[in-house]
Amino acid sequence: MQYALSIFLSGISLGGQYALIAIGYTLVYGILRLINFAHGDVFMVAGLMMVYLSTALPLWLALPLMLVLTVALGFAIERAAYKPLRSAPRMSVMISAIGVSYLLQNLATYITGGLPKSYPELPFLSDSVVIGGVSTKWVTIVTPFLVIALVFALTQLINHTKVGMAMRAVAKDFETSQLMGIKINSVISMTFVIGSFLAGVGSMLYFSNYPSIVPLSGALPGLRAFVAAVFGGIGSVPGAVVGAFIIGMSESVIKGSPFSIFSDAFTFALLIVILVVKPTGLFGEKVTDKV
Amino acid sequence: MKRKVLAMFLAVALIFALAACTGGNDGDKGASGEKVVRIGVFEPSTGDSGPGGKQEMLGMQYANKETPTVEVGGETYKVELVYADNGSDSAKAPTAAAELVGKDVALVLGSYGSGVSMAGGPVFEENGLAAIGVTCTNPGVTAGNDYYFRICFLDPFQGTVLANFAQEKFSAKKAYLLGELGNDYDQGLLTFFEQAFDGEVVKDSFPTNTSDFSTYLNKAQAEGCDVIFCPVSIAYSTQIVKLAASMGLETPILGSDTLDSNMVLDAAKGSSVKLYVSTFYQEGGAPEFDSGIKAWLAEDSTAMTNNGGNDTIAAVTAMGYDAYYTALEALKAAGSVDKAAVKAALPNVTYTGVSGAIAFDETGDAIRDTAYIKTADTANNVWALEATQTVK
Amino acid sequence: MLKQKKSKKGVFITLIGVVALLALTVVLENVLDPTKNIMLFTVLKKGAVYALVASSMNLLNGFTGLFSLGQAGFMLLGAYAYAIFTIPNSARENVYYLYGGSAIHFSLPELFGGGAVGLILGVLLALILAGIVAAAVAWLIGLPVLRLKSDYLAIATLGFAEIIRAVFQWDKLGPVTNGANALKSYPTFSSFNIPGGLRLSTAVAFLMAAVCIAIILLLINSSYGRAFKAIREDEVAAEAMGINLAKHKRLSFCISSFFAGVGGGMFAMFANQVQAKTFTTALTYEILLIVVIGGIGSISGSCIASFLYVACSEWWLRFLDEEHFIGTFKLPLMRNGFRMVVFSVIIMIVVLFFRRGIMGDKELPDLFQKRKPKPGAPVGKEGAK
Repeated sequence: MQYALSIFLSGISLGGQYALIAIGYTLVYGILRLINFAHGDVFMVAGLMMVYLSTALPLWLALPLMLVLTVALGFAIERAAYKPLRSAPRMSVMISAIGVSYLLQNLATYITGGLPKSYPELPFLSDSVVIGGVSTKWVTIVTPFLVIALVFALTQLINHTKVGMAMRAVAKDFETSQLMGIKINSVISMTFVIGSFLAGVGSMLYFSNYPSIVPLSGALPGLRAFVAAVFGGIGSVPGAVVGAFIIGMSESVIKGSPFSIFSDAFTFALLIVILVVKPTGLFGEKVTDKV
Repeated sequence: MKRKVLAMFLAVALIFALAACTGGNDGDKGASGEKVVRIGVFEPSTGDSGPGGKQEMLGMQYANKETPTVEVGGETYKVELVYADNGSDSAKAPTAAAELVGKDVALVLGSYGSGVSMAGGPVFEENGLAAIGVTCTNPGVTAGNDYYFRICFLDPFQGTVLANFAQEKFSAKKAYLLGELGNDYDQGLLTFFEQAFDGEVVKDSFPTNTSDFSTYLNKAQAEGCDVIFCPVSIAYSTQIVKLAASMGLETPILGSDTLDSNMVLDAAKGSSVKLYVSTFYQEGGAPEFDSGIKAWLAEDSTAMTNNGGNDTIAAVTAMGYDAYYTALEALKAAGSVDKAAVKAALPNVTYTGVSGAIAFDETGDAIRDTAYIKTADTANNVWALEATQTVK
Repeated sequence: MLKQKKSKKGVFITLIGVVALLALTVVLENVLDPTKNIMLFTVLKKGAVYALVASSMNLLNGFTGLFSLGQAGFMLLGAYAYAIFTIPNSARENVYYLYGGSAIHFSLPELFGGGAVGLILGVLLALILAGIVAAAVAWLIGLPVLRLKSDYLAIATLGFAEIIRAVFQWDKLGPVTNGANALKSYPTFSSFNIPGGLRLSTAVAFLMAAVCIAIILLLINSSYGRAFKAIREDEVAAEAMGINLAKHKRLSFCISSFFAGVGGGMFAMFANQVQAKTFTTALTYEILLIVVIGGIGSISGSCIASFLYVACSEWWLRFLDEEHFIGTFKLPLMRNGFRMVVFSVIIMIVVLFFRRGIMGDKELPDLFQKRKPKPGAPVGKEGAK
C-alpha cells in the first residue's frame, strides 16, 4: 500500500513538473507551429542559473532573478533564432530550434566543465515530510496545487485579457490577425515569456526534487513534456496539463513494474498510438488541409 | 553567382585543407631543444564520465609535476602529457584515439570507463601503440587486444567481492540491483554480482538522463531487499545517494569503484545513509602521496575544482598516479621512446605503487586479488575503511 | 532535350570526379605515413559514412518532404545486423561473455570460406542484409506513421528510434544483441588493408559510400524521384496528377532506411564496436544538421557538408579545447568544451544566415554549367515557397 502511494506521489509530482514545461511547448506550437526543441534546455539553464545565483546572492533575491533571467533567455532565443526565420519553411525553424538546443547544451558543458551541479536547498520545499508512511519532500505535495493555480491564472489571462485574445487570434489564423492590426511579434514574444517563466518555475520544482543538474538534464523532461503536449492535443493548455499528468503517472507506474527498462519506450508507444488513433490529441482542435 | 563561388571555394578549401594538414605533425623536439617523450592521456573530460575522468587525470598531472623527466637509455627526456577527450562517447572514442596516434605518443594511459576503451582499443592495436587502462574494469578491454594492458582489477572480481561482502556483513538474502540501461559497465557488474550472490535479486535499469530515482528506491524498500547495489556513474550516484538521504533510507547501498568520489560523499553528508563502496585505494595507504597531492590541490584552483571542490582523494586519482609511474617504468625498461619497444617491454614491467603491487598476466590484466571496501562516515564527511576483501 | 544533354554531361563529370577521388584516396593512403596522418584518414572514413547517411536522410527530408527523425534508429538496426552476422565464430564466446555465447552460430565471411574472397563477399552481403533489416522495420513502422503530417511524423519517428534502442538494450535479448555490451571483433575497414601490401581501408569506405550514393542519385533522377519531388512541392497537387501518395511515401521511407541501415553497418565498421547507446537522438540531430549545412535537396551538398562537419568537429577545432599561451599570456576562454561551443555557434550562423546551406538545392555539376540568370529573375532566393 505504501509502495502504491509512493508511486502515486512520484507520478503526481512528475506530472505537475512536466505540465509546466508542456505548457511552454503547447503555447509556442499553437502560435508558431514550431516544436521548440530548445525549451527543455531553457529549463535546464534555469536550473543552472539558480545554482550559480544562489552561491552569490541570498535566496529571496536569487529566485526572482532566476525567473527574470530565464524569461529574458526565452525572449532572446525567440528574437535571435526564430524571428529571422518567420517567412522560412517550417523545417528551417525547427532546425534552428535544434541548433539552439545544441548550443545551450554545449555552453552548459563548457561552463560547468561537465561536472554535475547540486541544486541549492530551498527552505520548506526541500524539507522532508512523511505521508502515510512514505517519506517525501514538500515540493511533491506542493507541485500539483501550484500547477493548478498557475494554469488557472494562465487560462484567465488567455480568455479574459486583451493579450490573451490576441494570442488566441494569432493561434487561429496568423495572417488574418496580422491584418486585423495585432502586433504579431509582441504576441509571439509574450508566448515565449510565459513559456519560459513556467519553465523557470518548473525547474525550481523539478530540481528541488531531483537536485543534480548536468547539461543534458533538460533533454529527457523536455521530450516527455512535449509528448505530454501532443498527447493532450497540442495548442490546448488544459490538454497539456492533463496529458502531462497522464504521462507522469504512467511513467511512474511503469518504473515500478518489472518492465522498468521500457518506461521511455512506453511513453513513446503511447504517443504513437494517440497520434495514429486521434492525431489531434485528447483536446486538440480538428484542422483541415487547405489546398 | 556568390553562392557558386562560395561553394567552389569551400570544395577546394576542403581538398586543400585535408591535403595540407597531412604534413604538419612534426614537433617532437621541445622548444629549448631538450628531448621530449609524449604520453597520451585518453580520458573523458566531458559527458557522463567527465567528473571521473578529470579526477583520474589529476593523478597523472600530479605525478607529472612530481616527476617531469625520465631517464631513457641514458638520456633525460621531458615527459609531456598529451590529452584527447573521448567525451564518454564510444562513437567519438576512435577519433580521439586516432588523434593520440597522430601526435606520436610513446604509449597511452586511460580510459576511465570501459566502453570508450573498447572503442579506442582497435585503433591503438592497429597502429602498434600500447595502452595502459587505468580504471576500465570490463573484461572486454584487454581480451583479444594484445596492446591493451590495465592496472586495475576486473568486474567479475569486483562483482564477486561486493556480493560476498553483502552476504557476510548484512547476511543479505535479497538484493536490489540498479544500473543504467545500455551501459556495459553497470550491466556487467550487475550480472557478475547476480552470479556470485546466493539469494534472490530484483534487477532494474533506468534510461539515460533519468533524474527521478524515487520509484526505484521505494521499490527496493517495498520488495524488502536487504541491500541495494547500484554501480552507476558519478552523476547518477550522487542523485541516488541524495535521494536516499532525504528519504531516510535504511537499506545499505553498495557501490562499485565509480561511487568512490568525494561528490558522492558530499551527497551523503550529514545523513543516515549507509553507503559502502569497493575501490582500489584507501586514503592513508600512502601518507606521502596523500599529503603531497593535497598540497598541490590547495595550490592549484583548477585542479581543486576538477576534484569536486575539496581535497578528498579519489581512488581513481591514485590509480592515475600509479599509471603514470608504470608508464615511466615501461619507458625505462624499453630503453627507448619508440612505441614498439615500449609495447615489447610492457608485459614484464612491475611497479609497486600507492595502490599496491602492479604486474601483468598474459592477457595484460593486473594481477590483483585485493579490493578495499570503504564506508561513508557521513558525520565527518570522510571515507572510512570497512574491510579488505580478497577472492581466490 | 537540352536538359537531358546537360544531365548526361553532369553524370559524366561526376563519374570522373568520383573515380579521381577514389584513386586519390588509394594514392594518399599508400604514400603518406599512416601514423602521422591518421587523423586525415579517420576523418575521411567517418566523413564517407556520414555522407551516405546524410544522403539517405536528404532523400527523405529534402526530396520527398517527409520530416523524419528516425535515422539513428535505422542506423542502429543496420549496425547490429552487420555486426551480428559478421563476428567470427571463434570470437563469439568472448564477445558474448555475459550470455555464454551467442544464439547465432554462423558468420558470413566464414560461410564464404574465409580469406579475402570470404571477407569481401561476407561484408557485402552483411551490409545488404543490414539495409534490408532496416528497410523491413521501416516498412512496418511506416504503416501507421506515414499517415502523419510534418512535425507529428518527426516526433513519431523519433519515438520509434528510441523504442528500437530500448529493445536492443534489453538483457532478455542478450544472446542476440549482447544487451548493454558492445559487439566487437567483426571485420572493420582496416580488415581491408592487405598486410604488407596496399592499404585500402579509406578507399573501401569511399567506394561503398560512392556506390550507395550513386544509386540514390539515380533514383532521384528517375520517374520515382520526380514523383518524390512532386510530393514535396504539393501533396494535393501530386495526388491530383495521379501519384499514389501512400505508395511513394512508403517507398521513399523504406529506401531511405535501407541506406541508413547500410550506413549504420559502415558506421560499425568505422567505430570498431557497436553499442546501442551510441545511436541516440543526438546522432540524428547531427545528421540533420549536416543535411541542412549542405543544403536541403542537394546530395553533393550533403557529401561536402559531411566531410566539413566531421573535420571541424573532430579535428580542426580541437585546438580550441587546449590551453594556449602566447609567451606567458594565457589565451582566455580556451579550455575543455570550448570547441563544441564555437562549433554550435558556427552551426547557428549557418542555419540563420545561410539558410540554403552550401549548395542550396543545386548539385555539384550544376555549378559547371554556364547559365546566366535572366535579368530581373530572383537569384538564390526562396522562390516558390
